[in-house]
Amino acid sequence: MNGYKIAVIGDRESVMGFRALGLDVFPAEEANAKAVFNALLRPEQEPGYAILYITEELTIPLRAEIDALKDELIPAVIPIPSKNGTLHLGMNALNSAVERAVGSNIL
Amino acid sequence: MAVMSDVKPTRMELKKTKARLKTAKRGHKLLKDKRDELMRNFLQIVRENKALRQKVEQGLQEAMARMAGASRLMSPEILEQSLLCPKQGVEVDIRLKNIMSVNIPEYTFRTRTDAAEDIYPYGYAMTSGELDESLDRLSEVFRDMLELAEAEKSMQLMAAEIERTRRRVNALEYVMIPQMESTIRYITMKLEENERSTTTRLMKVKDQILQEAHDFDY
Repeated sequence: MNGYKIAVIGDRESVMGFRALGLDVFPAEEANAKAVFNALLRPEQEPGYAILYITEELTIPLRAEIDALKDELIPAVIPIPSKNGTLHLGMNALNSAVERAVGSNIL
Repeated sequence: MAVMSDVKPTRMELKKTKARLKTAKRGHKLLKDKRDELMRNFLQIVRENKALRQKVEQGLQEAMARMAGASRLMSPEILEQSLLCPKQGVEVDIRLKNIMSVNIPEYTFRTRTDAAEDIYPYGYAMTSGELDESLDRLSEVFRDMLELAEAEKSMQLMAAEIERTRRRVNALEYVMIPQMESTIRYITMKLEENERSTTTRLMKVKDQILQEAHDFDY
């Protein structure tokens, strides 16, 4: 499976730099995060996005949508810290995956 | 443990249940092995993931701090303009790897051009060095980010599979197998009981016949 794209979603200042690397950057605020996110996942996008990097702030309003994609092979939704530093949401997600698999948190 | 519902205590049923129990026990052992192996792989990926995440979070924070520095030195319009038209492009290829029946992705990325300096989509006259440094750092971190995506997706997929396998192991161990064992016990006892009652009935009938024929009494 070839030629997938990578998207970065977040507030303008945090994600601006990724545009220079050649990633598809979508600036979003908390208010329009849902619309931006859902537009990226529309099936007519071919080839679609394999990886979505989303700033931790914006994963909060999108929690339901992100959880629904957890067991799908594509896309991978990865929280990244924004310019304001990390909220440790990425680490929390890691711990909850361990909890899901093992039954209790062993880390 | 309760007996399986709707079983008739017959030899047929006994034989069938015994065969099912044997299969269930074998399945249980296999699934348990699968769960253990999945767990081993999973914990390895989790450790990897944790290290990568720490690295990525730190790297991104450095890059973003430099970006903030650049935005202090340059006007927002020029900063925006400098990054508007990227020279570089990235595409991802996905290959599937199978670990214990779980398909996990492996990403490889291709850049449109090979030149490393193509991440700077601007002339150097109007921009500050901070911006160059920031992009530099960002492109370094990006390699780790790709690995992070791979590890994190694998971790999620494997967590789901482990959960499923664990439930199946437990269902077999604590519900199915004990239930079948008690069903087998129930049928065996019922059959023995029938046999005993047949024997006593025969003895009784024999007595009656003898008495009728010879007026014979014990």
